[in-house]
Amino acid sequence: MSTFLGIPGIRRRSDGATGGDAPDEPFGPVPHPDEPLRWGDAFPAAAKQTLRDDQLRANLGHATRTIRGKRAAVVGEVPDWEALRDAGSAVKEQVMADLPDLLARLEENVTARGGVVHWARDAAEANRIVTEIARAKQADEVVKVKSMATQEIGLNEHLADEGIAAIETDLAELIVQLADDMPSHILVPAIHRNRSEIRDIFRRRMGDAPEDLSDVPRELAMAARAHLRRKFLSAKVAVSGANFGVADTGTLAVVESEGNGRMCLTMPETLVTVMGIEKLVPTYDDLEVFLQLLPRSSTGERMNPYTSLWTGVTPGDGPQEFHLVLLDNGRTDVLADEVGRSALHCIRCSACLNVCPVYERVGGHAYGSVYPGPIGAILTPQLTASSGGLSGSDDVNSSLPYASTLCGACYDVCPVKIDIPSILVDLRAREVDADRSRSAVDPWRAAMKAASWVMSDGGRFGVAGRAATLGHALGGSDGVVSHAPPPASAWTRSRDLPAPPKQTFRQWMAEHEKDGGER
Amino acid sequence: MRIALAATCIADTLFPGAPRATVRLLERLGHDVVYPRSQACCGQMHINTGYVDEAVPVVRNHVQTFAPVADGEWDAVVIPSGSCTGSVRHQQAMVCRRAGLDDLAATADAVAAKTYELSELLVDVLGVTDVGAWFPHRVTYHPTCHSLRMLGVGERPLRLLRAVEDIDLVELPEAESCCGFGGTFALKNADTSAAMLADKTANVRGTGAEVLTAGDMSCLMHIGGGLSRERAGVGTLHLAEILASTRSEPTALPRARSGADSVEVAR
Repeated sequence: MSTFLGIPGIRRRSDGATGGDAPDEPFGPVPHPDEPLRWGDAFPAAAKQTLRDDQLRANLGHATRTIRGKRAAVVGEVPDWEALRDAGSAVKEQVMADLPDLLARLEENVTARGGVVHWARDAAEANRIVTEIARAKQADEVVKVKSMATQEIGLNEHLADEGIAAIETDLAELIVQLADDMPSHILVPAIHRNRSEIRDIFRRRMGDAPEDLSDVPRELAMAARAHLRRKFLSAKVAVSGANFGVADTGTLAVVESEGNGRMCLTMPETLVTVMGIEKLVPTYDDLEVFLQLLPRSSTGERMNPYTSLWTGVTPGDGPQEFHLVLLDNGRTDVLADEVGRSALHCIRCSACLNVCPVYERVGGHAYGSVYPGPIGAILTPQLTASSGGLSGSDDVNSSLPYASTLCGACYDVCPVKIDIPSILVDLRAREVDADRSRSAVDPWRAAMKAASWVMSDGGRFGVAGRAATLGHALGGSDGVVSHAPPPASAWTRSRDLPAPPKQTFRQWMAEHEKDGGER
Repeated sequence: MRIALAATCIADTLFPGAPRATVRLLERLGHDVVYPRSQACCGQMHINTGYVDEAVPVVRNHVQTFAPVADGEWDAVVIPSGSCTGSVRHQQAMVCRRAGLDDLAATADAVAAKTYELSELLVDVLGVTDVGAWFPHRVTYHPTCHSLRMLGVGERPLRLLRAVEDIDLVELPEAESCCGFGGTFALKNADTSAAMLADKTANVRGTGAEVLTAGDMSCLMHIGGGLSRERAGVGTLHLAEILASTRSEPTALPRARSGADSVEVAR
């Protein structure tokens, strides 16, 4: 799969039959999907698979616990953290309210400073635009800064199909790419890998990795550094995403930790930046808020190591050609939704993933989208709601809003205060409502209807409670039920169920009141 | 004070010990407890599973049942559950407005403003932390997610527990991590739920506690179900049951399955 120079071979999109077939492809548990926002089984089944991977759970448990601790420490030392969150939330709310004007202002300012602005309605348009630019530069290789937007549109796979190799230069993203894998975390895409797995991937796929490469982190990093240095020096075109775009000045911002982004953003002659339209901030001053919120929330650092800001083209300094591709890809649909739109406030810090007890157990791949975790569970189904012609339970993404216990840990840490639990509940209602017109018998709906009838009247509820006490004997001598018939078997597979009591509270209270209470 | 009790549907039917203890505790502290018999459920299960239309009559029944608190007939409504209190405070009015029932929504807001989770009622409204309880056992406390994060009850339950005479209160490692219940999540995503539960029960067992307590019977049903399956020898009691315990009327240790034979490990 790799040439003697270590350039990853041109990858074909998986048609479902490849991936793991060839002896050379053991690493990627997820073949590259046609839709980066909708792949694999529905969440419960996908999670069942990933839960079996003990190595994955160990890696994830260790990694998320470490990063949670770092975040908590550096957030705890900021006295006005809550005020900062409020400010971040307020700026983003304003951006969503003024988005058309702000986008026009951004375009105007980027253009005035020598950049070229492109508008892409969807993934296909964005991919076509980037491909045409690379072709015009006669580039058969582009270097990339880690970018969620380009993951979302499957840019690397599209470029590969067009004969252009896209080289990921972020260390973790490189690991994922070399393994022909999919990312499982927004910030640390290879979080599901430990260092011995990474050593194996480098040895077998990098092409120019030292033969005696060990799994010492420094050695691994040095091998990647040497490998990537050659790429930076030869690349004519770089592709990046953007963390922020400043409407007032036309300035774009990328924050990263390794310096690979700085290389990509400054060395090649041509720079193409793909940015979701929600990434705007109105003014340069607004960056002050987010550059405090983002590093502390994402990597647990006080300050971001490499913050690159550029505005259009500067003659004789940096890329001499700059293209900005503004990507919609479902975002205006999300924006139109009063409840769901705050999902667009997300600054991709991934703090919600690191605190999510569900994510920690199942990992990112179970979500079947490049956006996993709590934010993925609200963003992915909204972005894809009007694509693919599927609705309600026919769409595997309809299982995502249920991939949460609503524990609320995500809301607590979100630097822009996205009320993820409330949006999850709202999306659940939407999925249920989308199925209402169907004639097929839905056992959940039948059960919920029946429960609604019983639980909306004290008299009926009392009768039901009394009836339940008849089941007291089911508990046998120790008062528990260990093997219940379906659907309760989903419960009793791993937990006992208490048998109903001899007397409901309502019955006890009636006697208690007759006795005149305690006094 | 005249306090109306919303017993919660799950405790009313399956775990009557929790609301019984709430009644005993509040009466011991000198308050009148009223149990409006038209009550049934707050609607949380329906809402959180997406069946909001079906939740409307359930919510209406709850709001109408407890509406007298808004007119001063009672001083407060108490719910021995963090998540049900959370649903009353954060969801009921939303459900009414979504159904176009603005008047009902206004009543729901008024009722919610006088509705308290048990530890909130005791500490904030009644101003007590030492309720005169006696419970000579080793206990660990799980701060349920909705108590902790949606309501923000903070240290209140722990302050109440620390004041219990002769209690041996031990800290639960990774206490703030969800137990994996999540209502219908436990059924819809049973495997993930079980994986979360296994970590929680391991932490509970590590404390050597005889009793696990919390402010929510639903979470306790879940963790207790796991502990029972593992025959961990750890029982569960609602916070109210420990606070209601006195020397003259001690709360008995809950029955806890134990023993190493025929253990089925939840995974």
